[in-house]
Amino acid sequence: MSSLQGIRSLNELLSEKKQAILEKWFDSVLKTYPHDSAKFLKRQKDQFANPVGSTIYRGMGSLLDLIVNSADTDNIIKSLDEIIRIRAIQDFTPSHALAFVVELKRVVREEIKGETCASQLIDELPEFDRRVDGLLLLSFDIYMKCREKIYELKANELRNMTLKLVERANRIFEAKYRNVDLEDIISQGNKTERGE
Amino acid sequence: MAKFTAKPVDLLKINFKTPKTDWMDTPVNIREHMYCHPAKAKDLETVGFPNIHEWRPADDNWNLPEDWKEIVINGIKERLQKYRSFHVFMDICVRCGACADKCHFYLGTGDPKNMPVLRAELLRSVYRKYFTAGGKIFGKTAGARELTEDVLKELWYYFYQCTECRRCSVFCPYGIDTAEITMMARELTNLLGLQLGWIGGPVAACYMKGNHLGLEPHTIKSNIEMMLDDIETITGIRINPTFNRKGAEILFVTPSGDLFAMPGIYTCMGYLMLFHELGLDYTWSTYASEGGNFGFFTSNEMAKRLNYKIYAEAKRLGVKWILGGECGHMWRVLHQYMDTWNGPADFLEVPKSPITGTVFDNAKSTKMTHISEFTADLIKHGKLKLDKSRNDHLKVTFHDSCNTSRGMGLLEEPRYIIKNVCNHFYEMPENTIREKTFCCGSGTGLNASENMELRMRGGLPRANAVKYVRDQYGVNMLANICAIDRATLSASMDYWVPGVGVAGVSELVANALVMKGEKERTTDLRGEPLPGKEGAE
Repeated sequence: MSSLQGIRSLNELLSEKKQAILEKWFDSVLKTYPHDSAKFLKRQKDQFANPVGSTIYRGMGSLLDLIVNSADTDNIIKSLDEIIRIRAIQDFTPSHALAFVVELKRVVREEIKGETCASQLIDELPEFDRRVDGLLLLSFDIYMKCREKIYELKANELRNMTLKLVERANRIFEAKYRNVDLEDIISQGNKTERGE
Repeated sequence: MAKFTAKPVDLLKINFKTPKTDWMDTPVNIREHMYCHPAKAKDLETVGFPNIHEWRPADDNWNLPEDWKEIVINGIKERLQKYRSFHVFMDICVRCGACADKCHFYLGTGDPKNMPVLRAELLRSVYRKYFTAGGKIFGKTAGARELTEDVLKELWYYFYQCTECRRCSVFCPYGIDTAEITMMARELTNLLGLQLGWIGGPVAACYMKGNHLGLEPHTIKSNIEMMLDDIETITGIRINPTFNRKGAEILFVTPSGDLFAMPGIYTCMGYLMLFHELGLDYTWSTYASEGGNFGFFTSNEMAKRLNYKIYAEAKRLGVKWILGGECGHMWRVLHQYMDTWNGPADFLEVPKSPITGTVFDNAKSTKMTHISEFTADLIKHGKLKLDKSRNDHLKVTFHDSCNTSRGMGLLEEPRYIIKNVCNHFYEMPENTIREKTFCCGSGTGLNASENMELRMRGGLPRANAVKYVRDQYGVNMLANICAIDRATLSASMDYWVPGVGVAGVSELVANALVMKGEKERTTDLRGEPLPGKEGAE
C-alpha cells in the first residue's frame, strides 16, 4: 500500500522502526537465557566471541528485512535456520525454542501503538500476522530437520565405528571363499549350528 | 532439547523469562543428551578403580557408598597436600571474570555454571567450607557451602562439561589452569566410581591390549594391510612396514583412532607413504599401540600406568628415539608428563632426523618428536618432492588443537606444511586460532554419541569460525593434527557447516607427495578424483 497524504503503510512503519523492533524482538529472545548470560549475549558484539548472540541478532535483522520486502521463501528459511539451528540444541522444549517467532506480533503491535494511521493499520495487520504465522510453520520444519540431524549424527557415528570391521570381514570372506558358492557356505553354516 | 515438562495450559502463557537466582540457589538439572553413560563395572574392575557400583545420572539415587562424603573430603585434602598448584588455584581467584566468556561450552550453552570461574567455584565453595577458617565460620557469606549429594551431582555434571582445553587459562591474569581444577574434580568423582563409559572402556582396553580401541596385534596388522592395499591401488606402490622390529632406529606411536576411525585412516596412510618414501628405519609396535591416554581423564596415577608402555617398548625394541603421530591430548601427556612419570629415558638418544640431520633439541628430555616438526623440517630442507596441485580441489583452513597449541606451542609447523602442500589455505579469524583456538567441543573423553547435544553446543564457537571462512573463501576442508578432532569435528561440521570435510595434515602431505616409482595418480587418498582427472577411472 502506498503512502498517501502522510499516511504510512505498515511496511513503511516497519522499515522506519526496524531498529527499535529488532532490539525489542532480540531482547525477548534474550529473556529465555539465564540473566547473566543474557547480558553477555547482548553486550558482546564480536561475532566470534559471541556466536549465539551475534547469530540470533543478525538472523532477526535479516528476517525483518525479508518480511518487509516479501522476500522469497529460500532466503527466509536461510535466516530462520541460523537461529533455530542454535536453539534446537539448547535447553529448550520445541515450543520454547520457537516462541521467538510469535513474539514478533507482540513487539510490532507495541511499536506501532499510538500511530495516527492506526485504523488503516488494523486492516493491514491480519496480512502481517499471516506472514508471521508462515514463518512459524517454516520454523517447525527447520526445527525438525535439526533434531533429525542430531539423531542421524548419532547413528552415523555408530555405523562408522563398525564400518571398518564389516569391510575387513567382507575382504576376508571374499579372499577365503572367492571360488565357493555362497549357498554352500550358508548351508554348511546351518549344518554346523544344528550340530550336524 | 529439553524434556516436554510444560502442560498445554502453561504453553498458552507465553512467558519464558528465566528466574534470576543466585547460582548456589539454582539446583542442578541433569539433562539428557548432555552427559555420557556410566562406565561398565567390568571395565573399572579391570584397572582396580574404587567403589564400583550400578548408577544412572538421571536417577535421584546414585547408590553412593555410605561414606561418600568422607571419601571426597579426604580426596580433596590429599590433593591439596600433593599438588601445590591445586591449592593455589583454590585460593587465588579474584573472580575478575576475564575467563567467564572464553569457554566454548559457556558460549554454546549460555549456562552460567559453564563459565570457567563459576565451574571452578562449584568446587572452591566446598573447599572453603572444609579447608578455610572463613568458610567454616561464615559459610555462604564467605562463598562456602556444604557438600551434599546435590552438590556432588552438580560437580559431576559440570566437570564433565569441560574439555580441559585451557582457553580460559590464556585469559586469566593469574594463570589459573582450569584444566587442572577439572582434573582434580574428575579424580574425586572417580573415587566414588562415577566414571564415564566412554572413558572407562578405553582405559580398560588400553590397559589390557595397549590401545583404546582394544585392537589386538593381528588386528592392527590387518588394518594397516588394508590401508596398504588402498595405497597400492592409488600409487601402484606396495609398502611393507615392520611391526615390533628390534633394532629399528625409530619407534612410531600414534593414536589408535588413526588405525580404525574415519577419516583418521587417511592420516595413517599418509604416515605410511611418507615413511616409505624416506626409506625410514622405523617400526610400528602392537604393544605401544596408543599415543593417546584416556587415563589422563581419570587420575594422574592411571595416566602414568597407561603411559608406561611407550618408554618400556622403546627400550625393549632398542630404538634410538620415538616419533609420534597427530594427536592432541597425547602430546600434552608426552610433552609435559611422560618424562616426569616414567623417565628419564636415558637409554634413548636425542631425536635426530636421519634425512636432514636436524637434531630436535626441544625433545632432548622426552626423546619424542611430533610428526609435524619432523615433516616441516623435511620440507624446509627440500627433501620431499611435492605436487601441490593435487590438493587444488581443497580450500583448507587449519584448526589448532587445544593441546598442541596451548600445551606445546606447536603453531607454525602445521601451517608451514599445509602451505607447502596446498595452494589454497585460509586462516580463521585471529581470536579463534593459535593459542586462542576454540576446542572441538568433544575432548577429554566426551566424544561419545549419547551426549551429541553437548558436543554440538561446545562445537559451535569453532564451527562458527569455520562457517565464516567457508562463506568468505569457499573453504571445504578443515585440517588438524588431532585424532579426536578428526573423529568429532566431522559431526560438528555436518551439523553447523555442511560441505566442510575434516583431514589430518599428513593426509594432505601424502596427497601431494610425489613418490619414486609411483604410477600416475588419478585420485586422492579418499578415492576422490584429483583435479583435472575427473572421469579418468
